[in-house]
Amino acid sequence: MKMSRRQSVLTHTLLIIFAIWSLVPIVWTVLTSIKPESKIFTTQIKLIDEPTLQNYTTLLTRGDFVQWAFNSLFVSIVTTIFAVFLAATCAYAISRFRFRGRSAALYVFLVAQMFPGVILLIPLFGIFTNLKLIDTPWALILSYATFAIPFCILMLKSFFDTIPYELEEAGRVDGLGIFGTFWRIVIPLSVPGLAVTAFFAFITAWNEFLFARSFLTSKDALTLPVGMATFIDPFNQPWGLLTAGSVLITIPVMVFFFLAQRFLISGLSTGGVKG
Amino acid sequence: MRSRAWIAWAFMTPVLLVMAVIVFYPLAVGVFQTFTNIDATNQGTRFKPPSWEFVGLQNYIDILTGEATKFYPVLAWTVIWTVVNVFFHYTIGLALALALNQRFRGRTTYRLILLLPWAVPAYITAISWLFIFNGEYGLLNNILGVFGLPSVAWLSTWPWYYIMPIIVNVWLGIPFMMVVLLGGLQSIPGDLYEAAQMDGASPTQSFWNITLPQLKSVSTTVILLGCIWTFNIFVVIFFITGGGPGGKTEILVTYTYNGFTLGQYAIAATYGVLIFSLLLVFSSVYRRLAREA
Repeated sequence: MKMSRRQSVLTHTLLIIFAIWSLVPIVWTVLTSIKPESKIFTTQIKLIDEPTLQNYTTLLTRGDFVQWAFNSLFVSIVTTIFAVFLAATCAYAISRFRFRGRSAALYVFLVAQMFPGVILLIPLFGIFTNLKLIDTPWALILSYATFAIPFCILMLKSFFDTIPYELEEAGRVDGLGIFGTFWRIVIPLSVPGLAVTAFFAFITAWNEFLFARSFLTSKDALTLPVGMATFIDPFNQPWGLLTAGSVLITIPVMVFFFLAQRFLISGLSTGGVKG
Repeated sequence: MRSRAWIAWAFMTPVLLVMAVIVFYPLAVGVFQTFTNIDATNQGTRFKPPSWEFVGLQNYIDILTGEATKFYPVLAWTVIWTVVNVFFHYTIGLALALALNQRFRGRTTYRLILLLPWAVPAYITAISWLFIFNGEYGLLNNILGVFGLPSVAWLSTWPWYYIMPIIVNVWLGIPFMMVVLLGGLQSIPGDLYEAAQMDGASPTQSFWNITLPQLKSVSTTVILLGCIWTFNIFVVIFFITGGGPGGKTEILVTYTYNGFTLGQYAIAATYGVLIFSLLLVFSSVYRRLAREA
């Protein structure tokens, strides 16, 4: 459709307003992170004021932030491997076989995405206390699996749905068994899908706050979200460190997000909408 | 497709076993706890045997009669919070999707910028806005200062403590709606519009009679998802107002979490079950209404 002049002005006005609105908090955080402490606590508005990387060097040399980053990384990687590995075979079965209980299983995984974390929080806390898992990364890995597994199943199912069945039949003719076709044909063909699913599972674990806040107590065991939250205290808020941390935490997420977003959307629409 | 069910179940067994241990069993424990008076003092430790008792439906009665806790005020605000947020997510998301669905220069750039909020972790978003709302050095008050207006304590003044978390959450939720609705718009066949144009329909008429009806299935799904997510979002309220002032901006999930941190396990578990039941009833009623409409 060709736009009329009036339509074009309207479109650009709308988009510019919301583009600015999307950018303001992000840009302001980045700008704040490169200001010295003395220029942050002011009532003057200056975009750039004595730019310095001091907040970043302080954050990275004080030890705890780096420790939290390692904890986050460990928990997220193990959760991802665990969830994707388990979800793959299940998603394949749901995608390829028509059997009794299939739609019930699919429904359970959809509903599992719906319930609030707090409902599992309390029983899991009791169970982890008994197993002495509180304050260890394993409490997080197990609790993150509760939402990562259903999510991965739905995503992977929609990827497997797009692989032509004929390829598997060809494999069967060449003498491969069911596990053989799955392992030798389906998995290699779905590497992009597996990668994207893994990435989104990783990000959800990387960003999770509620379970981490509840299951971790000692300062060394914290993950980044909870660690950052400890900076916010009513009397002394180190906004330089908070904004620098925010930038460091967000950059990798943002890069990968933009590489993978197209796949998430197609996964969401096929997995979630059509069922 | 084959129908050899045993192979399918063999493929699914590992997941089902793990889910049984980490989801179904805890869920059953959680439901069981709602019929007890278990809390931090009577749950038992290494040195003290557990001393909690069965109380039947007492927790549900206490909560639903509004006697023991503030169920109804919190529920009311949670519903308002969800409706207002999803309303803005959907309308703004749709407006932006319609704008991006036209052909013009710079479209991809706009799309990428508008997607940015989705790529920021929710708690980082909350921290960024918290600094903007800061009473003494926040950007918002500094801007007011430029115009000679007095500062506002955004997070402790009525009605701002209700409005500010909504602003943050609206910011957070628009890109998802926009992207999914844009996908929906792109799948509407172009000849529908051409035919309408030939019959002399105005763009407004095409919007109401073609675009909206064609988007119905996508809209139904994203609105349902949006409602569930917004109902359950924890970090925005937790970081921005902390439920304050005086618990006025607490939503059901943060309220439940507080119960948990206070060691009121049975009450918190009952809240969890109530939240889940509310969402389940809501989504099945919603789906039925959507199918009939």
